[in-house]
Amino acid sequence: MPLSIAVCVKRVPDTAAEKKLDDGDKTLDRDSVESILNPVDEMAVEEALKLKEANEGEVTIVCAGPEGAAQQAIRKALSMGADKGVHLKDDSLHGSDAQGIAYALAQVLKKGEYDLILCGAESTDARTNLVPPAIAEHLNLPNLNFVKNVETSDGKVTAHRETDKGHDVLESSTPAVLGVVWGANEPRYPSFKGIMAAKQKPLETLSAADAEIDASKVGLDGSKTEVLEFGARSTERQKNVVDNKEGDAHVKLADFLQQQKFI
Amino acid sequence: MGDVWVVVDHENGETSKVTSQMLTAARGLAKEAGGDPVAVFCGQGWETAKERVSKFGAAKAIVAESEDFSNYQTAPQVEVVAKLIEERQPWGVLFASVPSGKEVATRVAARLGLGVLADATNITIEGDKPKVEHSAFGGATIVQKTLKGGPFLICVKPNAFVSEEAAAEVQEDKVETSISEDAKRVVVKERVEKEAGGRPAVDQAAIIVSGGRGLQDPKNFELIEGLADQLGAAVGASRAAVDAGWYPHAHQVGQTGKTVSPQLYIAVGISGAIQHRAGMQTSKTIIAINKDAEAPIFQLVDFGIVGDLFDVVPKLTEEIGKRKGGG
Ligand SMILES: Cc1cc2nc3c(=O)[nH]c(=O)nc-3n(C[C@H](O)[C@H](O)[C@H](O)COP(=O)(O)OP(=O)(O)OC[C@H]3O[C@@H](n4cnc5c(N)ncnc54)[C@H](O)[C@@H]3O)c2cc1C
Ligand SMILES: Nc1ncnc2c1ncn2[C@@H]1O[C@H](COP(=O)(O)O)[C@@H](O)[C@H]1O
Repeated sequence: MPLSIAVCVKRVPDTAAEKKLDDGDKTLDRDSVESILNPVDEMAVEEALKLKEANEGEVTIVCAGPEGAAQQAIRKALSMGADKGVHLKDDSLHGSDAQGIAYALAQVLKKGEYDLILCGAESTDARTNLVPPAIAEHLNLPNLNFVKNVETSDGKVTAHRETDKGHDVLESSTPAVLGVVWGANEPRYPSFKGIMAAKQKPLETLSAADAEIDASKVGLDGSKTEVLEFGARSTERQKNVVDNKEGDAHVKLADFLQQQKFI
Repeated sequence: MGDVWVVVDHENGETSKVTSQMLTAARGLAKEAGGDPVAVFCGQGWETAKERVSKFGAAKAIVAESEDFSNYQTAPQVEVVAKLIEERQPWGVLFASVPSGKEVATRVAARLGLGVLADATNITIEGDKPKVEHSAFGGATIVQKTLKGGPFLICVKPNAFVSEEAAAEVQEDKVETSISEDAKRVVVKERVEKEAGGRPAVDQAAIIVSGGRGLQDPKNFELIEGLADQLGAAVGASRAAVDAGWYPHAHQVGQTGKTVSPQLYIAVGISGAIQHRAGMQTSKTIIAINKDAEAPIFQLVDFGIVGDLFDVVPKLTEEIGKRKGGG
C-alpha cells in the first residue's frame, strides 16, 4: 500500500545571527535575522523520504509562516525529494503561540488523508517541543515523540524513542504523528537535478479561511499565552582563568569547588 | 484562587529531583493562591513516591495507580490528568519540563483549550495570574510571560528551583482509572537500556561534566566519567563527540541536544561554539578545562584552566577524592 506522508517543517533563525524581539508586539522580529530550515526538520524530511522509498507513496511538506521564509523551507524539502508543498499563509496567524500553530497545522493536515505526519521533535528557536503532541491531540491521533528508526507496515508504525538510558520500542496504529529526534539520520543534500525539479513541483497556498481556521484561536489575540516583558540576561561571570604551567591548577580548581560547596 | 498541583515525575515511584523542586515551588505558590500544594501521581510505586512527596510538603496527593501508565506511552496520563483538571479546577498545574512532562502538558492544554508555558525558570503571582520567566535564544534573553486564563499549565525547568524539605502529612485521594482504548494506541513494546544506570540524567542533574573533541578517543570518556562519579554528576558531550560516535545523543548538550542549567557545568576539551553555549550558558557556575587560552568557552567561565586535560583531569579527580575523604 502506498503511503501518504506529511512533514511539517519550519523556518528558524540561524543561531549564529543576532536575534531580537520586536519592541511593538513582542514577537520575533523575523526580518532582523538570517533564517534556515529547522535542522531537525531536515531529518524528518529524510525519514519520510526513506519511508517512501521503502513503501512507495507521496511526501507532502506543510509549513505555516510568512511568504518568503516558508516557501524557501518548502522548496528546500522539495529539492531533497518530497513531492509537493502546502503553505499556510495568513496575516492572522502572526503572533500565534505553540497551541495556536498546532491547531492551525491540524486544520491543514485534516484536509489530507495522511498515514503518517512527521515533525521535528523540536525547533531550535522556540524549543518548546509543544507543537507535535498538540497536533496529535487536535487530530485525536497517537503520538510517538523523540523517535528514530521509523518503520511501517500493515497499518502499524514502530519507532525507537530516545530515553536517557537507551531507547523504548514503541508501536502504534496509523495514522500517527511522529516527532523525529535529532540524529535520526544523515539528511541528503539536494542534487542539482533535485533543485531544478523542485521548481516544477506543486506548491499550494492556503489562507486561514481555506483551512477553516477559527480566527479566535490563532494570532496574538487567540494566543493563550502573553509576553509581558523581555530583556537581555546579564551573565556576570567570575572569569577566573588560571594557566596550568606550574602543574597545580587542579589544586586551585579543587579550592574553588570547595568554596562553592560542590565538594 | 485554588490549589497548585504538581504532576509527579517518577520511574516506578522513584521521584526525580525536579519533582522535589516543583513541590517546593508549589508550596510557595499555593500559599499565595490560597490553596494547597497537591501531588498528582500516575503509575506504579506510590508507596515509594509517597515518602518523598510528603517530605517536600505535599498536603494532598491524588493517586491514580495502574500499569497502563507504563505499558502505553503518555496518552493514559493525558487522559487522567485532563479529566482531573477539568473536574477539580486547580489554580495551576506544574509539570516537569522534560520530554514526557511537556508531552503530557501540551496534549492536556490542547484537549482543554488552555495555554501552556514550557521551560519555566521562575514563577511568581501577579494579581491572580502567574508570571513565568524563561530563557529565549539560547539563554541570551529572559522573557516574562503569563497565561490569559486558568487553570494555568506550566512546565518547570529542572534545577531552576532549589528544593527545600518541609515534612507534611499527606492526605491521600486514590482515584479509579479506566483508560480508554484510544489512549492505548502507543504500546511500549520494549525498554532497551544500553548503559549501566547509576548516573543522573543530563537534563535533571545538578552537576554535569561534559567532554568534547579534545578527548580524542572514545575510550578517554573514562576520564570524564571518573570525574563525574566523584562529583555525583551526569556525563554530557559536545556534538563533535556525539557525531564521532563517542557518546550517545541523549547526552548531547546544545542547540540540537539538551538545554541544561545545572548548578555546575564543567566543559572539558570543548571549544564553546555558539550552538554548544546555547545549551548550557544559563548554568549557575561554569568551569572549563581547555589547552587553548583563546577558546570561546573561556568567555563564560567562572573558573577556567588553560592546560592539557590529560594532565589536569586525573589529578583533579584524585584531589577531589582526597578532599571528600575528609582532607
Ligand atoms: C545546526 C547546528 C547545530 C549544532 N548543535 C550543536 C549542539 O547541540 N551541541 C554542540 O556541542 N555542538 C553543536 N553544533 C556544533 C558546534 O558548532 C561545534 O562544532 C561543536 O560544539 C564542537 O565540539 P567540540 O567543542 O567538542 O570540538 P572542537 O570545536 O573541535 O573543540 C575541541 C576543543 O578541545 C580542546 N582540546 C584539544 N585537545 C585538548 C587537550 N589535550 N586538553 C585540553 N583541551 C584540548 C581544543 O583546544 C578545542 O577548544 C551544532 C552545529 C550546527 C551547525
Ligand atoms: N509554523 C510551522 N509550520 C510547520 N511546522 C511547524 C511550525 N512550527 C512548528 N512546526 C513543527 O513542530 C516541530 C516542533 O516545533 P516546536 O514545538 O516549536 O519546538 C518543528 O520541528 C516542526 O516540525
